[in-house]
Amino acid sequence: MSAVNRREFLETAGAGLLILATAPFADAQRGGGAGTLEARLHIGEDGVITLLSGKIEEGQGALTELAMAAAEELRIPLAGLRVVMGDTLETPNDGTTAGSGTTPRTVPLVRRAAAAARQLLVSAASRRFSVDAAGLEVRDGAVQSAGGKYSYADLARSPDFAAASKEPLSANIALIPVKDWQILGKPQVRLDTRKLVAGAHRFPSDIVRPGMLHGRVLRPPSYGATLAAVDLCEARKMPGVTAMRDGDFVACAAPTAFAARKALAAIAPTAQWKTAEQPSSDGLFDYLKRHARPEGRPQGQSRGSVEKGLAEARIRLKASYQVPYVQHAPMETRAAVAGWQDGQCTVWTGTSNPASVRQQLAATLGVAQDRVRVQVPHFGGGFGGKHTAEAATEAARLAREAGRPVAVQWTRAEEFTWAYFRPAALIEVEAALDADNAISAWDFTNYNSGASALDTPYRIPNTRVRFVASDSPLRQSSYRVLAATANNFAREAFTDELAAAAGMDPLEFRLAHLENERIKNVLNAAAQRFGWARRRKNRRPGAGIGLACGTEKNSVVAACCEVEVDAASGTPRLIEVVQAFECGAILNPAGLRSQVEGAIMMGVGPALREEIRFKDGAIVNAGFGDYQVPRFRDLPKLEVVLLDRKDLESAGAGETPIIAIAPAIANAVFDATGKPVRGMPIRAARG
Amino acid sequence: MASIRFSVNGEARSVDTDPERPLLEVLREDLGLTGAKYGCGEGQCGACTVLLDGAPVFSCVTPVGDAQGHRIVTIEGLAAGDTLHPVQQAFLDEGAVQCGYCTPGMVLRTVALLRDHPAPTDAQIVDGLNGNLCRCSDYRRIMAAVRRAAAATGKKS
Repeated sequence: MSAVNRREFLETAGAGLLILATAPFADAQRGGGAGTLEARLHIGEDGVITLLSGKIEEGQGALTELAMAAAEELRIPLAGLRVVMGDTLETPNDGTTAGSGTTPRTVPLVRRAAAAARQLLVSAASRRFSVDAAGLEVRDGAVQSAGGKYSYADLARSPDFAAASKEPLSANIALIPVKDWQILGKPQVRLDTRKLVAGAHRFPSDIVRPGMLHGRVLRPPSYGATLAAVDLCEARKMPGVTAMRDGDFVACAAPTAFAARKALAAIAPTAQWKTAEQPSSDGLFDYLKRHARPEGRPQGQSRGSVEKGLAEARIRLKASYQVPYVQHAPMETRAAVAGWQDGQCTVWTGTSNPASVRQQLAATLGVAQDRVRVQVPHFGGGFGGKHTAEAATEAARLAREAGRPVAVQWTRAEEFTWAYFRPAALIEVEAALDADNAISAWDFTNYNSGASALDTPYRIPNTRVRFVASDSPLRQSSYRVLAATANNFAREAFTDELAAAAGMDPLEFRLAHLENERIKNVLNAAAQRFGWARRRKNRRPGAGIGLACGTEKNSVVAACCEVEVDAASGTPRLIEVVQAFECGAILNPAGLRSQVEGAIMMGVGPALREEIRFKDGAIVNAGFGDYQVPRFRDLPKLEVVLLDRKDLESAGAGETPIIAIAPAIANAVFDATGKPVRGMPIRAARG
Repeated sequence: MASIRFSVNGEARSVDTDPERPLLEVLREDLGLTGAKYGCGEGQCGACTVLLDGAPVFSCVTPVGDAQGHRIVTIEGLAAGDTLHPVQQAFLDEGAVQCGYCTPGMVLRTVALLRDHPAPTDAQIVDGLNGNLCRCSDYRRIMAAVRRAAAATGKKS
C-alpha cells in the first residue's frame, strides 16, 4: 500500500493503526526483493478490526478461512472482524487467488500480522498496568491481568498504544499452536452465507452506479476472424445509445441491456469479416500430436532406463488417452462495471487476479496503473477460469466513450465461446511388469495439457515422464488443478490395466507400489469405508467398482465408486462415491467438506459428459442445453472422509479433490465390462 | 412501450417499458431487485427463478408483458424483516452455499417444491430442483438443506 493509498484507506476506515507484515509471496510474484511491508490489519480507535487481503472470494471459502486465522491469533470472536478483500487500492497484493495458495501462503501471513497486533496490544496494556507483559492474558478481545482488563478498543485509543507501536516488533512472534486453537479447526459456516441466502449480496454483475449504461460487444463469427468494415449509423440513431469502434473492438452501450442488444443487432449485419480456416474437434487428438513441439521446453524427469525396463519386461502394455477441452462455466458469467472520474478509472469485476487485471486495464486504456482501481466483490465462481480482464476492459472502454459508468455481463454463449478452456490432452503411456508383477518401466507423455501431477507416485525403477507442448486450436488456460486431472486420469486408468495384467486386486497392486504413507492412508480409508474387499467378492451384475488415488499441491486423495453401465449405450451411471482426502491440519472442516464434495461433483461432469465441440472456428455446444454439466440427477450416494493431520502444515483444498473421481469411474467401468476405458467422457467400449 | 402493472413482493408496481423485455432485466434494472441472476438466458440453469402467482418461472425467458396483472415474488420478498424464510434459514444452517450465485433460484424453487410437496421424497427433491444448476456442485448439501426446510416447515403446520 502506497502512502497515498494508506491515507485514503484511513479516511474510510477511520483513525487507528495499520499493522504491517512482510509479504514474501507477493514479493516473489512481483520478482522484487525481500522485505517490503504490506498493511494486513487495521485496529480502529472504535475497536473495529479490519483484515486486509488481496485474495478474492469466489465461493471457495477464503474470506472465512482468513477471518478465522486472524480471529484466532487476536483471540477475538469472528463477529468482531471486518474483512476487505481484492481491492487494488486498499489491500496488499497477495498475488492471484489460484493454485490452492491461500491456505499455505496467505493464512500464515495473516496469522503473523494478527499475532504481531496481539503483541502490540499486550505491550500497550503492559504500559497501562505497569506490569510485565508475561503476566497478561489475551482473551475475548481484551488484555487481562489480575488487576483488571482493557478492551482492544480502549487500548487502541490510549497513548500507550501509540507508544507501543513505535517499538520494533519482535522478529519471532509466536503463533498460537494447533493444540490451543479455539477457532481454527472448528467447523464454521461461511461468514457471508446469510447475505447470500437473502439475495442481498452484490455480485459484480449486480453493481449499479448512478447513470449507468449496459454494454454489449460485437463478436466475430468465428475464431481468427478480423473486422474489415462496420457501419455504426443505425445504432447511433437510437436514443441514449453510444456506439463505438476501436480497431476490432465494436460495442454499444444503452440505458438497458435490452436496448443495447437492439443497438448491436442493428449494426451486426453491416459488419464485414475476414475469416480464417480453423481446426475442428473432430480429429483434435491427431492435430495435437501433429503440432507437438518437443523441441520447445519438454518438462518432466527420468529415472533409470525406460528402454532397458521395457526390453526386459515379462508383460508390456501400451495405451493412449484422450481428454477433450472442457469449460469452467461458472454460474456468473464474466461481468464488470467501470466508471471514470477525473481521469481515474474504477472497475468492479469478478477476477482471481486483481493486480494483473489492473495492469491489463492500464495497458489497454493507455493510462498509468495508479489511475486504475480494481475492486473484486465476492463473485459467482471461477474455478481457475477468471484470471483475465475481458469484461473489465470492455466496460472501461465503453465507459470512457460514453462518459458514464457502463456494465458488461457476458451472455452464456459468449462465455462458452470467448472465455478460455481447460486444455485438451493426448496422453501416451507404455509400461512393463517384471516377473514379480512389479511395474518395471513407465513411459508417459502428455501432449498439450500440462505438467501438473506428471510424475507417478508409484515405485518404479525406470521412468520417463514428459509434457510436450502443442499448438492448441482453442484458447486454453488454467482450470482447477490444471493438468493434474488429465495426468491422474491416464495414470490411474492404466494402473488398473496393469493390475489386471498382473492378476491382482487394484487396491493391493497400488499399495504394493506406493511409498507415500499419506496416499496409502487415504487409499485405505476410502477402501475401508466403501467396503472394497467385501464388494470385490460380491459383484452385482451390470455394475462395477473402481478406485483411484493421487497427490498434488501437498494434499492426497483417494476415491472408490460404483457404477452401473447401460448395456445398449455404454453410458455409465454413478451410483456411489466414497472419497478420502487429507490436506494436513484442517482449518475449517465445514468449508473443507464443501470444497471436497463440490470438487467431486464438478469432476463428474467431464468424466461423464462434458466436452467442448467446435467446427469452423465456432463452438458447437455453447449453452447449458448442449453442454451438460452435472445436475441434481447426477448426485450419487456421496460420502467424504476427511483425515485431519494436525502434525502437518495445512495445504489448500480447492483443487486436488477433483482428480480421483474420473479415473475411479473409468476403473469401475473397466471392472463392469472387462474393457478398458481410454478417454473422457467415459463410455464403455462396445463389441 | 406499454405500461405494465404487477405486484412485486406484495407491492403494486408499474413500469413503462417494452413488454418484450425479459422480466429478469426489468426486475434487476428498473426495480433494483438484483437477487434474481442471469445465468444462461434460455431457462437452462434456474439462476433467474422467481415465483409468478406462486409458481416458479425462469424470468430470463419470461417477457415482462406476461407478468401483467400477476404476483411476482423474488428472493428479496421472502424474509419477514430480519427473520429469514424457513427455506433461507435451512440453507444457512446447512451451509448449503458456496459462491451463492445460484442460491436465490435454489431457495425460490425449494419454496415452490415444498408448497406442492410439504414432505418431499428424495426423488421429488431431485425432480423439483433438477432445472437449477450449481456449478460449485454443492448438490448433496442443497438436498440436505431442502430436507431440513421440509422438516422445519412440517413441524410448524
